[in-house]
Amino acid sequence: MIQLAAISRIFYMGEQAVRALDQVDLTILPGEYVSIMGPSGSGKSTLLNVIGLLDRPDSGQYLLNGKNVTDLSETEQAKVRREKIGFVFQSFHLVPRMTAAENIELPLTLSGIPLSERKTRVLETLQSFNLSDRAQHRPAELSGGQRQRVAIARATIMRPTAILADEPTGNLDHRIGAEVMALLEALHQGGTTLLIVTHDRELGLRAQRKIGMRDGRIESDTRNEKQ
Amino acid sequence: MRAQDTLLFAVKTLRSYPTRSMLIMLAMALGVAAVIVLTALGDGARRYVINQFSSIGTNLIIVLPGRAETAGGFPGAALGQTPRDLTLDDARWVGRLPQVRRYAPLNVGVAELSAAGVLREVTVLGSSAEILPIRHMRLVQGNIIAGIFENSAQIILGDKLAQDFFPDGNALGQRVRLGDRRFLVAGILAMQGESMGFNSDEIVIIPVQHAQALFNTHSLFRLMVEARHRSEIEATKAAIHETIVRRHNGEDDVTVITQDAVLATFDRILHALTLGVAGIAIISLLVAGILVMNVMLVAVSQRTGEIGLLKAIGTPALTIRLVFLTEAILLSVAGAILGFALGQAGSLLLRIAYPQLPAWPPIWANFAGIAVAILVGTLAGLLPAARAARLDPVQALNKR
Ligand SMILES: Nc1ncnc2c1ncn2[C@@H]1O[C@H](COP(=O)(O)OP(=O)(O)OP(=O)(O)O)[C@@H](O)[C@H]1O
Ligand SMILES: [Mg+2]
Repeated sequence: MIQLAAISRIFYMGEQAVRALDQVDLTILPGEYVSIMGPSGSGKSTLLNVIGLLDRPDSGQYLLNGKNVTDLSETEQAKVRREKIGFVFQSFHLVPRMTAAENIELPLTLSGIPLSERKTRVLETLQSFNLSDRAQHRPAELSGGQRQRVAIARATIMRPTAILADEPTGNLDHRIGAEVMALLEALHQGGTTLLIVTHDRELGLRAQRKIGMRDGRIESDTRNEKQ
Repeated sequence: MRAQDTLLFAVKTLRSYPTRSMLIMLAMALGVAAVIVLTALGDGARRYVINQFSSIGTNLIIVLPGRAETAGGFPGAALGQTPRDLTLDDARWVGRLPQVRRYAPLNVGVAELSAAGVLREVTVLGSSAEILPIRHMRLVQGNIIAGIFENSAQIILGDKLAQDFFPDGNALGQRVRLGDRRFLVAGILAMQGESMGFNSDEIVIIPVQHAQALFNTHSLFRLMVEARHRSEIEATKAAIHETIVRRHNGEDDVTVITQDAVLATFDRILHALTLGVAGIAIISLLVAGILVMNVMLVAVSQRTGEIGLLKAIGTPALTIRLVFLTEAILLSVAGAILGFALGQAGSLLLRIAYPQLPAWPPIWANFAGIAVAILVGTLAGLLPAARAARLDPVQALNKR
């Protein structure tokens, strides 16, 4: 469970203070599927970064599964990211010199998991993401959709409780984007909390919970009645 | 992250930038090789000089007429006296000292040697039979007997002279003329080549009295003395000095030097020279270190996106620091090993090109080269690694 209370993140551009997040209160239950929408500069990415412990809020309190994570040390926050959170980015962020398999393996390597276990888990993951025949390809040799599939595979291999995706379809055409969304939604079906920032209204509306942002504040927060 | 994975990660990264890695390695390697080759050269020169000294004899004490300048002039100078000669009698008295194993008086000059219709100027050593063992000279032909040689008109020819004058190899037993005197060839020196600027293949040795008559002098050029024991050299030197001063009515007008002292001086000078060139070479290693730092800093800024990603998937700053530091250390270790190999090869080439020069790199230089390379590489990696670890993950991810 993600609980934000009066979270603010302020950037200073010279004299000017930009309130990227302005007293945000937000609770996300385990297993929820949430889309975050809003105009450019409204603070969507900043919200995701704070939730994912990549960015520290200037004020407010953040409880993750009931535990205050705002004042954890850098190393402890890294551990939380490693074990509980998977990131998916608009620009994939694959390491260009590594093969698809090596990119997927990276989080396991960083966690100190032994080689034999890493190999089996990477093979399983490649299989379930339909990437087995691309295992030895480098990112430059993959299509955009394949790259994002590799990135999602990497984000899930540590079996995180939450996937945070910042415009995961932003660099993909509509059809491939829909495929990637289906992949993420399948993860949600498996019980993972899913947060997606998107500019695409149509994709955003597929979530059970839709958050609208403006000027660093949550403007709207609606849930599907069906759910 | 486990240690072997960190290592593997660094190795893979370095291999994916082959040109850059090779260049850094080469810079390091050249630095290490410079340390090794230059010290091999310096130490080779030192050993060469020491070898030259031991080829002119061991436990050697040399007596020269006149006082060394550094002692501030001899006492008699004020009274208008000239220094006394160092005479054959002085030599005999020195020879009676119990610490002295052998001694050989020495006069040196140039005279015309003629035989079998050939005439040539040669360097003449006037001495006793003992000169041969003292200066480590051997005869290939003939037999020189101490006591007989000194009292007869015998001559020993250098190997090359013997061949030039008597190409048939029948020099032994022939009569030759040196200046206005006739001598019997009683021995031929074994080939020795150059030694301390003397080519012993082109000299002749005659009894010292004949030499003094030939050159019209009563003073010896040198008195060479061999002490019985290495440990007694200083005591022997003092005894010799005392004997001669007593014979010269208390006037301190000779200089006694030991080969050890001269050797030690050369040793010190050449050792300092070796250290000096090692120091210069180590500066090239520092330059290589700066290159490593520069290239690593560029790598960090090129790989900012990757660093952001590593942070996003939960890599602690410490691990990132370690990954980059490992790269720097690996590069310098590889460079040091390559440089060691290059240095050994370079010294080998030196030894092949100059066989007289024992250009072996001293062990300390091998260690110093490798250790400084690794130390410098590690230090040079610290700053880039810290910079990588400090990057803000959000900014790193957003950088293109
Ligand atoms: N590092 C930073 N320094 C200064 N200002 C920043 C920084 N990061 C974000 N901002 C500002 O904070 C505000 C929110 O930025 P954020 O990236 O969260 O917006 P966004 O909703 O993700 O926009 P977009 O849809 O364009 O991605 C913007 O006004 C942005 O200019
Ligand atoms: Mg954004």
